[in-house]
Amino acid sequence: MKLNQIVDLIKGQIHTCTDKMDIVIKSACGADLMSDVMAFSKENTMLLTGLVNPQVIRTAEMMDIQAVVFVRGKKPSSEMCELAEEKGIVLLSTDLTMFTACGVLYKAGILGKGRECE
Amino acid sequence: MSSIIKKEYDIPANDFSLAGEASSNVRKLLTQLGVNPTIIKRTSIAMYEAELNVVIHGNGGKARVEIFEDKIEIFVFDEGPGIEDIELAMKEGYSTAPDSIREMGFGAGMGLSNIKRNSDKFVLESEPNKGTRVYITIYLY
Repeated sequence: MKLNQIVDLIKGQIHTCTDKMDIVIKSACGADLMSDVMAFSKENTMLLTGLVNPQVIRTAEMMDIQAVVFVRGKKPSSEMCELAEEKGIVLLSTDLTMFTACGVLYKAGILGKGRECE
Repeated sequence: MSSIIKKEYDIPANDFSLAGEASSNVRKLLTQLGVNPTIIKRTSIAMYEAELNVVIHGNGGKARVEIFEDKIEIFVFDEGPGIEDIELAMKEGYSTAPDSIREMGFGAGMGLSNIKRNSDKFVLESEPNKGTRVYITIYLY
């Protein structure tokens, strides 16, 4: 699914990389704990999170995540937007809660790929 | 065999905004060298986790990275308080990170095991008051 369709579905706001709305997202992960994103997420290219700090962008960079959605009405700071522009990472935000945002996207066909807990 | 590229990075203490700079730099280098994306991702995760540990626990330190024709060697070290019980520290979910770090989204006790999982060779040396040294090897092929 293209990012611009995702923006419509979650009634999102675009904060960076407006030229990248054609990126196709197949799978995503949702977490507020970046430790877990790094330990459990696999091949996901989008992250939904309620955590707002520059390490979210760093984590996205290391994990090859191309787009981050901030949920619960949270907005990235200008420092974060600058870092994300530099790394080419799309930042979006939505007023939806984590559960609802994930649910809307899952229903629309976005999958989750993660390492299952042992 | 001599290395193609040798780099050293300072990892500043307690500066969370800069944590990840060194890993990001190595990531760029590997991309420029045309290294397989899966290898780049594994290297990035392992080094970023090690870098975060130095920021969070080690009072700052250094990372030395050597890229060879067939492998990447990363040596991350600090002169921080060290680890008392390495076996316990390796356990997923065990962490001594303070609440301030957890509020930043880290310190869930996944870091060391995640470094191990993404490395081909992983050696951790530490003693109380003698700092911590992490050796990571990732093969390119």
